[in-house]
Amino acid sequence: MSALSGWGQYPRVQAHLAQPRSPEALRALAQSGGTAIARGNGRAYGDSAINSACTIDLRAFNRMLQFCPDTGQLVAEAGVVLGDVIATFLPRGWFPYVTPGTKFVTLGGAVAADVHGKNHHKEGGFGAYVDWLDLLDHNGQVLRCSRSENPQLFQHTLGGMGLTGIIWRLALRLRPVSSGWIKQTRHVARDISHAMALFEQAQDATYSVAWIDCLQRGPAMGRALVMLGEHAAPAELPAHLRATPFALPKRRQFHMPITPPSWLLNTATVRAFNALYYWQGARGAGRALVDWDSYFYPLDAILGWNKIYGRRGFAQFQCVIPLAQAEAGLRALLAAIAAAGAGSFLAVLKRLGAQDSPLSFPMAGYTLALDFPVTAKTLALMQQLDAITCHHGGRIYLAKDSRMARDMFHQTEPRAAPFAQYRQATGAAGAWASAQSERLGL
Amino acid sequence: MSGSAVLILGAGSDMARALAHKYASAGHDIQLAARQVQRLAPDQADIALRHGVTVSLHEFDVLDLGAHPGFVQGLPSLPDIAICAVGLMGQQSESQTDMQKAALVMRSNFEGPACILGLLANAFEQRGHGVLVGIASVAGLRGRGSNYVYGASKAGFVAFLSGLRNRLARGPVHVLTVLPGFVNTKMTEGMALPQRLVAQPSDVAKAVFAATQKRREVIYVKPVWRLIMAIICALPERVFKKTNL
Ligand SMILES: Cc1cc2nc3c(=O)[nH]c(=O)nc-3n(C[C@H](O)[C@H](O)[C@H](O)COP(=O)(O)OP(=O)(O)OC[C@H]3O[C@@H](n4cnc5c(N)ncnc54)[C@H](O)[C@@H]3O)c2cc1C
Ligand SMILES: NC(=O)c1ccc[n+]([C@@H]2O[C@H](COP(=O)([O-])OP(=O)(O)OC[C@H]3O[C@@H](n4cnc5c(N)ncnc54)[C@H](OP(=O)(O)O)[C@@H]3O)[C@@H](O)[C@H]2O)c1
Repeated sequence: MSALSGWGQYPRVQAHLAQPRSPEALRALAQSGGTAIARGNGRAYGDSAINSACTIDLRAFNRMLQFCPDTGQLVAEAGVVLGDVIATFLPRGWFPYVTPGTKFVTLGGAVAADVHGKNHHKEGGFGAYVDWLDLLDHNGQVLRCSRSENPQLFQHTLGGMGLTGIIWRLALRLRPVSSGWIKQTRHVARDISHAMALFEQAQDATYSVAWIDCLQRGPAMGRALVMLGEHAAPAELPAHLRATPFALPKRRQFHMPITPPSWLLNTATVRAFNALYYWQGARGAGRALVDWDSYFYPLDAILGWNKIYGRRGFAQFQCVIPLAQAEAGLRALLAAIAAAGAGSFLAVLKRLGAQDSPLSFPMAGYTLALDFPVTAKTLALMQQLDAITCHHGGRIYLAKDSRMARDMFHQTEPRAAPFAQYRQATGAAGAWASAQSERLGL
Repeated sequence: MSGSAVLILGAGSDMARALAHKYASAGHDIQLAARQVQRLAPDQADIALRHGVTVSLHEFDVLDLGAHPGFVQGLPSLPDIAICAVGLMGQQSESQTDMQKAALVMRSNFEGPACILGLLANAFEQRGHGVLVGIASVAGLRGRGSNYVYGASKAGFVAFLSGLRNRLARGPVHVLTVLPGFVNTKMTEGMALPQRLVAQPSDVAKAVFAATQKRREVIYVKPVWRLIMAIICALPERVFKKTNL
């Protein structure tokens, strides 16, 4: 037994962590009788990948098995880390179609949360690029699932948070790219409706994301920097980069050695935001060429930054509000955050596209995400934000959740009951459970 | 040296996997040798795919001394570097009471590894170059009540490697002895170890790779172990026998 937690270091749960190395050992764990849950690289914020009786670490299953350069299809074990896929295939001209904001997730974790990137509005979620999965069920059987074979199991596993079985292997399609660089355009948004208008005008942009200054109230509420991105062709690179379009400029990783107070992080990021905001505002739209690592994974350069929030840990609030209610919902959320004034906050806003799935998070609308140190005050604020989300027909992202109440979950998730019924009917309910699924009644 | 081949004996372990990736990332072809070697087909594919090198699989049981010459003959090429990661810890309580089990530990850590490296040493010498790496253990530096059967067999291996190095010192063949302390692998799974003293398999791989490049003789992986072992080895036997290490 040891204390396990997700990326937010909250909650910490005493749990048994099994580390199978062979297929036989993995099978034995799957069939062991009690409940268990798969765990990837522990980047979900809360308790999605924790089962106190048996948490199964998939990281030893980290081999890439096959790659087809004609189709870009990679077959790999679920414990392969996304960053290793990039390290191996970007030099050959391939990149993941969908990536979350950290490259330290496993492929299994990315499938189980059906993660979205800055391109969901245009290209959909991670699951859209999975051709098939091999799922290990509680009878020790390996079931090939795809859109044509065991399609129900396939759909329930994409975004199913590990609650249908263990994803063992998968086939993932990669995107051909001709350089490792992104052309970024940065726009200044005066307020939330301006930010949304910029997103709507940019429906054709491959990538779009905004940083919102959550401190602003009144007319400037929701002022933001909206950033659009496109993969650059070698011809668009400066001459000195053209010969090696996939090479990464040297960037040093550093570890967070101490645990500074969280207000430091917030104050620093908000200061940087303000500086950029005024600078950009004065200069009009800013264009820049950004390497893939800084563009997609700015936080990965600081290993262990999650320790910055101290021993009590932190929580991320991430909701999505459907398009029709988005502006009213975002205004209500931002007003509540600014009113609570619990320090300084920077939030991330994204436009998501439509998706029809048994449990995946995205829906056509806007998603807002921001981190809070865990205190009684912020926990209360997040409950208030849950209620606003619910009132506007939105939902909360399970991969970020560590504290939502069961009632709230069921109010925001009409899909929960059919998902739970599916688990009952297939026997998965008796075999797979996480601290989160038990808290939420899934 | 890139393009040349590295043979890994006992290739199924975490440490061996890390070593294979490290050498493959530097462009070496890899020969993986293990019992029931077909189970390593995923590793073969993975190493080849990630690093763009040729990886071959070879059935190998270190205890089957009679098969060693045929095994070496059957390799696609005589490797430039041969690393023996084979080892068997056993359980001290069993090794104390069941001498068959004790013998298996001794043979797996000493007799088998020494014989295969001895054979490869001769082939390397004849060819005119080569590096031999033996993964021994700090346990081989002083016999402790808690695992002296394992420790004694590693001690035999350490002495063998030292003698082999001495014999070959004036020639082109190099011998490296690796004395890891605790390493986070299957062998130590579930043991409560002081985490500051525990190395990761990738640390071992990095240290071994650097040591073969610099032609070092003996390495400890985590430097603190050199100090710890210096103290343990300096204790007078009268005092040492009463310790509980
Ligand atoms: C800095 C940061 C930025 C992020 N940005 C984004 C983002 O932009 N978009 C987004 O969508 N998400 C984002 N996330 C969340 C993250 O992508 C997901 O939580 C992802 O699931 C983490 O993968 P993991 O391998 O660490 O899985 P874990 O955290 O270990 O597990 C997450 C879930 O996946 C399940 N799981 C893991 N492996 C398997 C398997 N082999 N079989 C079955 N189930 C499995 C677990 O049971 C659990 O329910 C971010 C997280 C961080 C820390
Ligand atoms: N882990 C530590 O703390 C530590 C510390 C110091 C030294 N070491 C040494 O490091 C080396 C690697 O060990 P590890 O920690 O990675 O543990 P391990 O997983 O137990 O590795 C031992 C390997 O030896 C192989 N082996 C055993 N008997 C064999 C035989 N008869 N023929 C062929 N192969 C055989 C095993 O193969 P199978 O898979 O077929 O069983 C296994 O792959 C060993 O020499 C060990 O003694 C380990």
